[in-house]
Amino acid sequence: MFARLLYESFRRQKRRKLLAGVAITLGVAVATAMIAVATDIGDKINRELRSYGANLLVTPQEDTIDVEIGGVNLKPPSDGNFLSEADLPKIKGTFWRHNILGFSPMLPVNASVQIAAHAQDVTVLGTYFAKKLAFGKDQFTTGVENTHPWWKVDGSWPVDDSSEILVGEHLASKLAVHAGDTVAIAGQNLKISGLLSTGGSEDDQIVAPLHVTQQLLGRPDAVRRVYVSALTKPEDALARRDPKTMSGELWDRWYCSPYVQSIAYQLQEAIPHSHAEQIRQVAQNEGTVLSRIKGLMLLVTLAALLASALAVSAAMATAIFERRREVGLMKALGAGNLAVAALFFAESTLLAFFGGLIGFFAGSWLAHRIGRSIFDSQITIQPVLFPVIMAIAVIVTFAGSAAAIRRAVRFDPVFALRGDA
Amino acid sequence: MSTSSQATPSVAERRANAPHTSMFLRMLVRAAVLRRGRAASALLAMIVAAAVATAMMNLYVDVQAKLRKEFRSYGANVVVVGKDGASLPADALPKIESILSGRGMAVPFSYVVARTLSGQSVVVVGTDFDRVQKLNRWWSVSAWPSASQQALVGMRALSVVSPDGKPFDLTFQGRTIHLTAAGTLQTGAAEDSRVYLPVNEFTAWSGVAPSTIEIAANGTAEDVNGVVRRLAGALPTAEVRPVRQIVEGEARVLGKTRATLYAAAVLIILTAALCVLATLTGWVFDRRRDFAIMKALGASEGLVSSFFAAEAAALGAVGAALGFVVGIGIAAWIGRANFNATVVPRFSVFPVVLAGSVGVALLSAIVPMSLLRRVQPAMILKGE
Repeated sequence: MFARLLYESFRRQKRRKLLAGVAITLGVAVATAMIAVATDIGDKINRELRSYGANLLVTPQEDTIDVEIGGVNLKPPSDGNFLSEADLPKIKGTFWRHNILGFSPMLPVNASVQIAAHAQDVTVLGTYFAKKLAFGKDQFTTGVENTHPWWKVDGSWPVDDSSEILVGEHLASKLAVHAGDTVAIAGQNLKISGLLSTGGSEDDQIVAPLHVTQQLLGRPDAVRRVYVSALTKPEDALARRDPKTMSGELWDRWYCSPYVQSIAYQLQEAIPHSHAEQIRQVAQNEGTVLSRIKGLMLLVTLAALLASALAVSAAMATAIFERRREVGLMKALGAGNLAVAALFFAESTLLAFFGGLIGFFAGSWLAHRIGRSIFDSQITIQPVLFPVIMAIAVIVTFAGSAAAIRRAVRFDPVFALRGDA
Repeated sequence: MSTSSQATPSVAERRANAPHTSMFLRMLVRAAVLRRGRAASALLAMIVAAAVATAMMNLYVDVQAKLRKEFRSYGANVVVVGKDGASLPADALPKIESILSGRGMAVPFSYVVARTLSGQSVVVVGTDFDRVQKLNRWWSVSAWPSASQQALVGMRALSVVSPDGKPFDLTFQGRTIHLTAAGTLQTGAAEDSRVYLPVNEFTAWSGVAPSTIEIAANGTAEDVNGVVRRLAGALPTAEVRPVRQIVEGEARVLGKTRATLYAAAVLIILTAALCVLATLTGWVFDRRRDFAIMKALGASEGLVSSFFAAEAAALGAVGAALGFVVGIGIAAWIGRANFNATVVPRFSVFPVVLAGSVGVALLSAIVPMSLLRRVQPAMILKGE
């Protein structure tokens, strides 16, 4: 009898059920989309923050200090120690290799540029543009195109194994050279593939493939410093502690967290005779901005949950309030409060279940669309979200119906049937 | 008895003379008072929807300013340097400050390469410590210099100038300055290899004037561009350039955050509007008896429609007003919880919320009305 009542209620009141179902579906869809976006936004914004450039710098361990003003290094280029280029792919062999989005080695040398009969002393910076490297079976591409996204090239990027170069835009206007021209540096003819604009000291320099400057310096395999761009976790109390004072278990936790400090430590382990350090301007501010945006999205998600809970409970309350005549009839025929309440709750549960199911998939699709259009990447829906969303749907529907059901059950059947609401 | 007999005609008189609108108003008010349970729940839905909408719109407008402030902790976004490494004119800093007029901060830097007693080169920088402390908040400094002849020494420079922590001498063009390291500086960048001095001591010693001024200009990208243009106009001998790394990074992150917040706001406001629509439709539908009675008593279609529309509009307006106040409160709380700063109430949001609320309320009155209009009053009154 109970099952039949339930069945008939859905069969005969399609419009009302549909209305309540649509409300639940919409509410759940919005909640799913917002939770999915909020849980993933940390990672997405973290990647966006990488557009500020590298957050780690690897230098030789026993290096002499830099004598650098306004990006011009006054230290003799051969002075000090170097890192070995051959060690660089090992960066992709560290524990947090998947968090390392790219790295760029740098080797500045001073050279004389010959254009026609005119000679000028400039800094030539050797680096990777988009170099293909391999570590074990792992193939990857890295270079300034990915670690320094604010570098703009008018023309085309040089190929790493070629003898093409970029000329900073200030220097280019000073030397009156254009993309496509050829300049001679230390007897070597180099083709200008494009003009570089960075808004920094590189505007007055020449940027060349790494092997070109190694040759100029006469030290194959030499690298002065390496900029590493890594996804990190905002600093917390554990990150700030000195790893040397940590106990075994705590040390493991520190080592296995993607703090900028622990990634620096692992880079030092991977590259012999190196010193890795966070670039505080980028690394420190990243954490603040990231936690602010994450906090904001969390609060906005709470607002979304509130709005969808309200939509669901409003729809349920209306649906039940409209049926007080039915309640009157049932009670007049001898149904107890419990039986009436049970029927309504069973209906709510069914609605919540189906609404939640459709809403979850609609919400996933919505999150997917948001991820595509805003971040150009997939928003991952954690599978654990499904039971959570379903539970929320059922609880909210129950809570939303409870007050209305209580009022409906308390109704005097005589008044209900007479229609005096 | 006599008083009532005197009163009765006066009531009738009053009613007869009363303008037509007062009956309309009375119906509006009585409807709300008599069915206060249902009216209250409809109003509550309206208030919550308006509050959520207000809070989201407020946040959307305000959060950009808040985040921009956070982004300023990345340091300078504009740099002024003398052309070809020359010093800047002496009036550069006051000129820049007058252009910024409080909407930013400018910090001068002057550089020389000095030699230690052992003959090693080290870059020495003169700057304003109070300002640099505010501009470059990421600098990890063990202790800021407070007395004269104290320097802030970079982590890596320390091993060259004063490995044992003793006072040290630096020489530039034959002039020697005797210094002690007040504290060490760590940034992970070029600053680690430098020695920092207060600007007046630096100038007295080296005679070199500032060659670089780093500026953190507040405001939107257009504001910053405006500052760059005005600076370039005011300082023809200097080169003014935005720090692309900072400016572009900020634009990108801010753009993505805004877009996400926008999507969230649209979703939330849509949900809230639907919630109001569902509740109000139910409320109006529930009053089909009133509708039928009014029609049975001879009210015209237009009068009944305008009555229900006025009712919905009044509900929307009251809900919007109350919701606006609550929404401002929510936005202020989020601002305090997340940014430790107050969110300024944007009263420009109010007309939008008001129009939206009244619009949704009218819409939710029209749908059931058009359904009811097709039904004979007698059928409704019979309860079918």
